[in-house]
Amino acid sequence: MEDILSDKTPNFSDPSCGCGHDHNAPEPSGEPLIQAENLTINFGGKTAIHDVSLTVHKNEIVTLIGPNGAGKSTLLRALLQAIKPTKGEIWRKHGLVIGYVPQKLNIDPIMPMTVERFLSIPDKRPLSERETALKDVGAHHTLKQAVQSLSGGEFQRVLLARAILRKPDLLVLDEPVQGVDFQGQTELYKLISRLKEQSGFGILMVSHDLHIVMAETDRVVCINGHVCCSGAPTQVSDSPEYLALFGGQTKPGLAVYHHLHDHSHDSSHDHPHTTSDQA
Amino acid sequence: MIFEDFFLRALVAGIGVALISGPLGCFVVWRRMAYFGDTLAHSALLGVALGLLLGFNLTVGIIGTAIMIALTVTLFQHQKRIASDTLLGIMAHSSLAISLVVLGLLQGYRVDLLSYLFGDVLAVNYEDIYWIYGGGAVALSLLAYIWKDLLALTLHEELARAEGINVMLIQTLFMITVAIVIAIAMKVVGVLLITSLLIIPAAAARRFAKTPEQMAVIASLIGSLSIIIGLFGSLEWDTPSGPSIVVAEVILFLSGLIFGGLLMSKSRRLS
Repeated sequence: MEDILSDKTPNFSDPSCGCGHDHNAPEPSGEPLIQAENLTINFGGKTAIHDVSLTVHKNEIVTLIGPNGAGKSTLLRALLQAIKPTKGEIWRKHGLVIGYVPQKLNIDPIMPMTVERFLSIPDKRPLSERETALKDVGAHHTLKQAVQSLSGGEFQRVLLARAILRKPDLLVLDEPVQGVDFQGQTELYKLISRLKEQSGFGILMVSHDLHIVMAETDRVVCINGHVCCSGAPTQVSDSPEYLALFGGQTKPGLAVYHHLHDHSHDSSHDHPHTTSDQA
Repeated sequence: MIFEDFFLRALVAGIGVALISGPLGCFVVWRRMAYFGDTLAHSALLGVALGLLLGFNLTVGIIGTAIMIALTVTLFQHQKRIASDTLLGIMAHSSLAISLVVLGLLQGYRVDLLSYLFGDVLAVNYEDIYWIYGGGAVALSLLAYIWKDLLALTLHEELARAEGINVMLIQTLFMITVAIVIAIAMKVVGVLLITSLLIIPAAAARRFAKTPEQMAVIASLIGSLSIIIGLFGSLEWDTPSGPSIVVAEVILFLSGLIFGGLLMSKSRRLS
C-alpha cells in the first residue's frame, strides 16, 4: 500500500486524530473514469449537496457513506445523469460504460420474466455469457426461474450478474447488500472484490452502514451535504470497535471506517469545508 | 363456406388490429397505463370532430389529436399539483364532451355517433384496411425498434437512464405508437372499447408466458381469436360487432383463468 504513495503526496497522517492509523487512501493508479467537480445541487429551494468533488478511477473501489438524507442518492443520481447539477461539472471518460445495480428493483408479477431473459436487458447477450456471469456470482441454479420467485440475496446476485454482462468500465452499486443477512453480506462483498480483480473496473458503492464497509474499499467518502471526510478504512482485525461488537470472530470481507470530522454540523453550510486529504 | 365480402373485410381488419394491439397492450398493462389508453381513445373522438370541422382526413385527425394529447399528458406528468389520474380524467372527459358538442353543432353532417363510440367493423372498406395495415406496420416497426429500451425503462427508469438509454425519446416514440394504434383500432371497436382490445388479451396471455416476448405473441393470438369468435357470434346472433368482440375477449380471459388455475393445481398435486 505504502509504495503506491508517490513522492509528491505528502504524508496525511493527522496528529489530531487519536486513533493511531493511516486515514489516507493510496494514490489511485488507474485512469479516472468519472469525476464530479464542486457539485452543488438544489432541490425545491434546499441545498441537497454542496460543493462536492469526487473521482472514481479504474481498478478502484470508492464507498460513499453518510446518514439518511445526506445527499448520497442525490449525488449518485447526478453522476448517473438522472438529475442536472445546479452548479459544478461532471466529467466522464469518453464512451464510459456503466453497469448499475439499483437499490430497489421490483418486477411486477404482471410482467413474466425469467432470470435468463432478465440478463439480456437491455441488450441481448449470448446464453453462454449469461451462464458464465451467473456462475461467477454463484446463482447458476436460478437461470430458468422467474425473477419474482428469487430471494433477496439471489436477486442481488442476479442484478450484479446483469450489470457485469455489460462489461462496464464503472460499476455503480446502490446499497448492494441491503436486505441481505450478515453472512450473505460478507459473501457478496467478497464476490464484488473478486469480480473487480478479474475485470479491473472501477466501483462506486453506496453503503447504508456508517462504520462497517467492504474491506477492499480503497477510499471511503463520508458525505453529509458536503464531503465530511474521506480516507482508507481499517482492516476489521485491527479494530477494537469491531472486535468488541462481534467478539473477535473475524468476518472476512469487512472493514471499519473511522470518521475524521474536523467540524460540527450545528452551523449552516455557508462556508467551505475541507476533506482530510486536502488538509 | 362462403362469406360475404363485408365479413371477410371485417375479419382482415380486426385481425390486423389484434396483431399490433397484442404487444402494445402488454406495455400498457406493464406500465399501468390502462387509464391513459382510455384518455387517448376518448380524445380520438375529438380528432373526428376537428377533422369534420376543419375538413381534413379523419384518420389523420385522430392520429394527430391522440399524439397531441399524449404529449400534453407526458408534459404535465412532471408537475405535482394535480394527481395524474385526475389529470387523465379531466382530459378524457373534456375531450369526449367537447367533441360531442362540436359534432352537435355540425348539423350539416349526419354523423353516425354510435359507430364512432362502439365501432362498426362490418362497415370497413378497403381504404380502412389500408390504413389499418399501413398504420399497424408503422406502429409495429416503431415498437420493435424501441422494444428493448422500453422494456428496460419499464423495469427501472433510472437504471435505463444510467446505462445510456434516452428515456424521453423512447417514451415519446411509445406515445406515438399508442396514438397510431388507437386511431386504427377505433374502426373496429370504437372509442369506448379500445382499451379493452389492448389490455384484455395481454392480461389473458400473462399466465401462459414466461418472458415478455412470449406474452406479446400470445396476446396477439388471443386478440385474433377474439376477433374471429366475436365476429362469428355477431353474425350468428345479430349482435353489435364491437361489443361482441370484447365479450369474446372476456370469455377467453375467464376461461384462461379457470383453465390455468386447474392446470396449476394439477401440477401441484403431481409434484
